[in-house]
Order: sequence, then structure tokens, then C-alpha cells
Amino acid sequence: MTTRLYLDMYTFSSKLKIVSFVLMAVGLLGIGYGFFDAPKTTEQVEKILEAKHHGHDAHADAHHSKAEGHDHAAHEAEHQEHLEHVLHQLQNKPWAAVYVSALFFMLISLGVLAFYAIQNVAQAGWSPILFRVMQGITAYLPVGSVIFFILLVLSAFHFNHLFVWMDADLINPESPKFDKLIANKSGYLNEYAWLIRAAIFLIGWNLYRYFSRRNCLAQDEASDNTFFKKNFNISAGFLVFFIVTESIMSWDWIMSVDPHWFSTLFGWYVFASFFVSGITVIALTTLYLKSRGYLEHVNTSHIHDLAKFMFGISIFWTYLWFSQFMLIWYSNIPEEVTYFITRIEQYNLPFFGMLAMNFIFPFLILINTDFKRITWILVMAGIVILFGHYIDFFNMIMPATVGDQWFIGAAELGALAFFLGLFIFVVFSALTKSPLVPKRNPFIEESKHFHY
Amino acid sequence: MSTKVIHALYNDDDILMDAVKETRKAHHHIEEVYTPFPVHGLDKAMGLAPTRLAIASFMYGAVGLAVATWMMNFIMIQDWPQDIGGKPSFSYIENMPAFVPIMFELTVFFAAHLMVITFYMRSKLWPFKQAENPDVRTTDDHFLMEVTVNNNEEELTSFLKNTGAVEIKVVEKH
Repeated sequence: MTTRLYLDMYTFSSKLKIVSFVLMAVGLLGIGYGFFDAPKTTEQVEKILEAKHHGHDAHADAHHSKAEGHDHAAHEAEHQEHLEHVLHQLQNKPWAAVYVSALFFMLISLGVLAFYAIQNVAQAGWSPILFRVMQGITAYLPVGSVIFFILLVLSAFHFNHLFVWMDADLINPESPKFDKLIANKSGYLNEYAWLIRAAIFLIGWNLYRYFSRRNCLAQDEASDNTFFKKNFNISAGFLVFFIVTESIMSWDWIMSVDPHWFSTLFGWYVFASFFVSGITVIALTTLYLKSRGYLEHVNTSHIHDLAKFMFGISIFWTYLWFSQFMLIWYSNIPEEVTYFITRIEQYNLPFFGMLAMNFIFPFLILINTDFKRITWILVMAGIVILFGHYIDFFNMIMPATVGDQWFIGAAELGALAFFLGLFIFVVFSALTKSPLVPKRNPFIEESKHFHY
Repeated sequence: MSTKVIHALYNDDDILMDAVKETRKAHHHIEEVYTPFPVHGLDKAMGLAPTRLAIASFMYGAVGLAVATWMMNFIMIQDWPQDIGGKPSFSYIENMPAFVPIMFELTVFFAAHLMVITFYMRSKLWPFKQAENPDVRTTDDHFLMEVTVNNNEEELTSFLKNTGAVEIKVVEKH
């Protein structure tokens, strides 16, 4: 019999490091190609559309024959306007792809941070053994926040047109493009207020992450429980701050790409999406570390609990998704229902696909108690859940920014690869920085012997 | 034919758990354990087979889902087609989102109620059932372990005394 030597300090394996670098490099190339490939002029757009139409139907021909009977100039202007619209959509495409990925990975670390804060406030006995894993994942939050804030600033200074309400003509009563609905919202929805809110939210979350981590490390060396109590207090404060800012964040960064549309439970729905993704990442990271011979005291009961959360929050997400969908579908009010009509018509596969991945699959596979302890099933279910929620975010952003011009191209895959690589690199680098067990947490013995 | 059993009483669930483990280790047969409340992990310590109640519950849920689907289709689409909120599509699949709450509720209803009834049946609990526990104190603050005697009454009694039993009785079981 061989005895297994468990290490308290994690070393970032060179293999995984190479994987993360390759992902980042490939991702950068993909993003670069996406920007390079985006059309620059309406002439290019015309060519793209023609190539598309020849492949499908005689739409272009019908267009031309119709034009002969009508006023040619008016038709030409309309056509030009359409080309310009498509040009903006295609120019938005690489930006939107990067935006989705930057947002998703940042929100994963935020979801883990919220989960960690809840464990602290609940003074849960089972989870302290996983605190350092959670802190490793939240180490991505500062990195992700900076990248994401840069993206927001670039949007606010019109480097892209992801947020249609930023067009000054829409709130100018003299302009033919004047939009009363958006103009009425401009007291709240304007670039400066929007950036200031973003800065406050991001700084607030990062401050909590910084201090809770510092207290947790200090508790290791302490002789009493002062730092533990401090963490309890700031975690409770953070959760209050979080649930308000999370809701506003979801309006500002996601719902506002469709500025005419609103849903009152949108904040909860977005929260459920990145919360379950965050918990899934905790489970996958824990299983990975365990398979590399770390985390001696993490047993199947801990894994089982994480899997229960994956299962439960998946159902919770479905509940919120459906509550939002059914009311809008039933009442059928034009300005609301258009949100789902565009998604069902233009994004049919990702829309229904993510429902299958986020609800039906985890429901059927994780409902079984025994399956919640089997590593390969959890890894498979976790990957499906993460992909499903990535597509969920894709569906939130793309229809308003890229519209029917979407496809999964170099920019989409590149953005996913780049941020995944960066995420892996930052998270596993952070894991090497401190012992994997918070040894003086007052609940650590209970956590080590947790048995369900 | 009657068999002899020993009733060993304990006054603490932790002591009981250790006693159960020791008794099983010594290869004595535990007939049953009576406790005033569910003791966490006792089923595993006694080596009982895992419950199949969850599987039954899943199937009941599936039945509930099927009943709800059939019922809503019959009521709202076939028997008396209804136009609610301008949705007179007369097609189950197109009106399905409106039926999801009922489908969900009946799934839960069937799963929950039939599961409870199954649990009672399996536990042999029904109205006017006489209590089976051999000592009334097991409904208050004592734990009772029933162990079969195989011509080893002396040995078993002293063994159980050592496991921390507060009282030991040898009884004829019919």
C-alpha cells in the first residue's frame, strides 16, 4: 500500500500554465482576427449580404425588381440605411463577443464572492475547508473588473455602439432620431452616471474581497477570533451592498443594451445565472485540486453539498427565467414581448439550447443522490452548466447589439478562449499564494470532519 | 416458536451509535433500534439498505406531470377550447407556457403525497395501528436496541453492558 502525501501549498503545474497561455494566445489571435475581419465600409457590407443571399434565396433580386417600379432614389436611401445598420451590427460583433466573455468570467468570480460571503455570514460548518479555493477564484475579480471597466469606458467614449442609448441624437428633441422613451430615462441612463455607478460597484466588491482575504489570512496567525468576527461583520455588510448593486449592475450592463425593454426580476435572474456558474466553478476547481493530490480533508460530503447547490440553483434559475418569460409571453405587450420574439426567431438554437443545458440536463442528471458524488458526472454536468450559462449571457447581449447578423466566429471563440485562459492563470496563480487550509478558522475542525 | 431477544436501553444517541457499531462488529444480530427522534447516520451504522423512496418519488412525480399534461389538454384544448388573453391557438404545445405552473404543481403534489403514503405503508403505519415499540420510554428520552439471542445470553448481556447500556432485559418475543 502506498501512502499518499498531501501538500498544503499548491504549486501551479507547468502543464496547466501552458494550457492557460495557449488559450490566451489563441484567444488574442481570434479576437484580433474578429476585429480585422469586421467590415469597415457599407460597400463591404453589401458584398457580405450579397454573398449570403445568393447562397439562400433570391431576396436580392426581388429587391431590385421592386425598385424599378418605385422611386429609385428613395429606395436607394433606404437600402443605404439598412447597409449602415448592418455595418454597425457587424462592427459591434467582436466588441460584443469580448464584452460577453469579460462580463461572464468577472461575474463568475463575483458569484463565488457572494457564495463565500454567505458561508461567512451563515457561519456554515461544512465549508471553511473550501475558503481558500473560493478566494483563489475571487482573485480574478480585480483583474476582471479592470478589463471590464476599460470596456465600459471604451463604450462610453463611442469606440463601439453596444449601448444604443449612448447615441446623443436619441435624446436631442431636434433630431429626427429623437426617442422619447430613452430621453425620459437619460437622467439615470447617461454615460457619466453609468460609469460612476460602475466604478462604485466594482470598487465596493473588490474592497470586500481584499479585506475578507486579508482577515482570513490574519486569522491563521491570530491567537483569538477577532479576525473571524471582523469577517463576519464585513461579509454581512457586503451582502447588503451586493444585492442592491448586483440588481443595478444587471440593468446598467445588460438590460440597457435593450433600452426600451425592462423586466423587474431581471436582477435576480442574472444573479441566479452567475451564482450557479460560480458554485460550479468552485466544484470543478475543488475536484481538480483533489485529483492533483491536494485538499486532503475534502471528502465526498463536501462535493455532495456543492453538487446540491449546483442542482438547486439550476432549478432556481429556471424558476426565475420562466417567471420572466411566462408573464411577458402571456401579456403579449408589444414593447415587452419583442425581447423574446427576436430571440426565438433569430436565436432559436442558443435560446432553447441553453434551456436544455441549464435546466433539463442538470435536473435529470443531478437529481440522483449517488451521482452527486461521482467525479466524472459532476465534471460533465458542470461543463454543460457553464456552457449553458455562457450562452445565456450571449443571448442577453447579442440580440440587441448584433441582431440577426450573429454567428459563432473567430471573435466569439477567441474571446471565450482568452478569458478562460486568463481566468485559469489568475485563479491558479492565486491558489499558490497561501496554504489551502485556513488552519485557525474556528469551524475548521467541524469542516474537516463534515460527514453527511 | 418464540425467540429470545435482549432489549438494551441507552440514554444518549452518541452512546447508542457507538454501541450499534460495536455490536455489529462483534457479529451480533440487531433486530431493530427504537429511538425517540431520527438519529443521524443510524441507518448506515445498522447496515440497512439505502432507501428506494427517492426512486418511487421520482416516478410519482413523472405520473403527476403526465396527469397534469393530459388533464390540461383535455380541459383547455379538447373538451372546451378556451380563448384566454387572446391565445385561442387550440394547440397544447403553443399554449404550454400557461400550463407549466399546473404541470409543476401536480408533479410536486403527486410526488409529495404518494411518497408520504408509500413511506407510511413501508413503515407499516396506518390508522388505528397499535404501537410496536416495546418500551414507552423510547418515545421520551431512551433508546432501545433489540438484539437476537443465539444461546449466548450471558455473554451478550455482559457485552451490551460494556457498550454503555443503562438497562438490559431478556424477553421472549412471539
